[in-house]
Amino acid sequence: MEAFCAAAAAASQAGAPWAFNPCLVIDEGPRWATGVGITVALTALALVLGFMVALPLAFIRTQRHRVFDPLVRGYVYVFRGSPLLVQLFLIYYGLAQFGFVRDSFLWPFLRDAWWCALLAFTLNSAAYQTEILRGALEATPKGDREAAVALGMSPWLAARRILIPAALRRALPQMGNEAVFMLHGTAIASVITIQDILGVGRMINGRYYVVYEGLLSAAALYMALTGLVVLAVRALEKRYLRHLYR
Amino acid sequence: MNSLVGAAPLLLQGLWVTLSVAVLALLLATALGALSAAAKLGGGPVARGAAAAYSTIVRGIPDLVTMLIVYFAGQRLINGVAESVGLEGVEVSLYGAGVLSIGFIYGAYMTETFRGAYLAIPRGQLEAATALGLSRRRTLTRIIIPQLMRFALPGYANVWQVLVKSTAVVSVIGLADLVGLALKIGRRERDPFTYLIVVLVAYLLITSVSGWLFQRAERRLARGT
Repeated sequence: MEAFCAAAAAASQAGAPWAFNPCLVIDEGPRWATGVGITVALTALALVLGFMVALPLAFIRTQRHRVFDPLVRGYVYVFRGSPLLVQLFLIYYGLAQFGFVRDSFLWPFLRDAWWCALLAFTLNSAAYQTEILRGALEATPKGDREAAVALGMSPWLAARRILIPAALRRALPQMGNEAVFMLHGTAIASVITIQDILGVGRMINGRYYVVYEGLLSAAALYMALTGLVVLAVRALEKRYLRHLYR
Repeated sequence: MNSLVGAAPLLLQGLWVTLSVAVLALLLATALGALSAAAKLGGGPVARGAAAAYSTIVRGIPDLVTMLIVYFAGQRLINGVAESVGLEGVEVSLYGAGVLSIGFIYGAYMTETFRGAYLAIPRGQLEAATALGLSRRRTLTRIIIPQLMRFALPGYANVWQVLVKSTAVVSVIGLADLVGLALKIGRRERDPFTYLIVVLVAYLLITSVSGWLFQRAERRLARGT
């Protein structure tokens, strides 16, 4: 192993333009592991918290509430119509300039890059998921709702037992897309100093003064994670959309 | 507020960079997407494999990562190879790297858009064209392309929306686009919030106006159906 690493180091020293030193990547194994952990945590938390925000908002959209519906529409419009990077900068750099934010109980969170990133990603994902869930809820066949009423279900029970489960099935493919979108979106967290996968890759490139090792390894890790998400969604679809595969 | 007015010319310059990067990248992505969709649909095994690898790999990597690879690793590779054969290295400009990488990334998404649109053309029409004795070229220009545009447009508009928002990321490699300039000036003026809100509104305008234009185009191409 050591001889191999010495040879690899010599090859990159010699300056072959495509020389890739795998030992740099392997030596930093623990850092990569924490990087993957941070990326996965950010993605998963943003998706789950985003879902918790999006579900009530989607119901507000389908009910066309007179006051709240325009508000939700405005929120979705702003967060889907602008770049995630700008949203992240607004929260990380923008909010800190206000005295009332710095004096509030939220400051310990908002001064921290990690929480800012999680907030930005959650709000962004919630906006996309609101639209996905709205579409899925509005596609509910009229008969489903009528059957629930005929069985004497309260609106709350009907939502919990009938509307939401059916809507989630319908939304599954798009939710899978949103998961991949969010996974890729989290890469910009490295811009505000977070050591996620890309952060580790850029750190390695900077420390060893190389260009391929950190970035290409990061790309490979993102691809592997994307593949896992796609496989997981496919497995879920096989299970929950079985009736469509006949 | 006064400083915002003073910075307006600079911000407009940034807006121009953002818009021109987006449009040039869209053109590149359209060309790459059409090429790779054609390779996937009617190429030999090598072309097919290359197109599949391109669209799968690029769509599996975040845009920022691809951009950094194109800018840093791409430059190193080109210069290294050039030097080893005795040529002088080139300096890839930030602007060029931005256009190239965004065009390269969204070409992969366009591949699927165009492929899907082609497959949406009813087979019978192609058979009818052959039966009527239309040449391959006439079939392409009279039957395939007009319908391809109609079927591809919704997906195309979608890719454009994502592409526009993705241009914000070029500020990370240091290009003085709208986002990069606004953040720089905003931090200098100790008022990043105001400047970034201006950027947010600018992007909302871009996505809304272009969305509306695409909707009109869709309606126009769908007339008679």
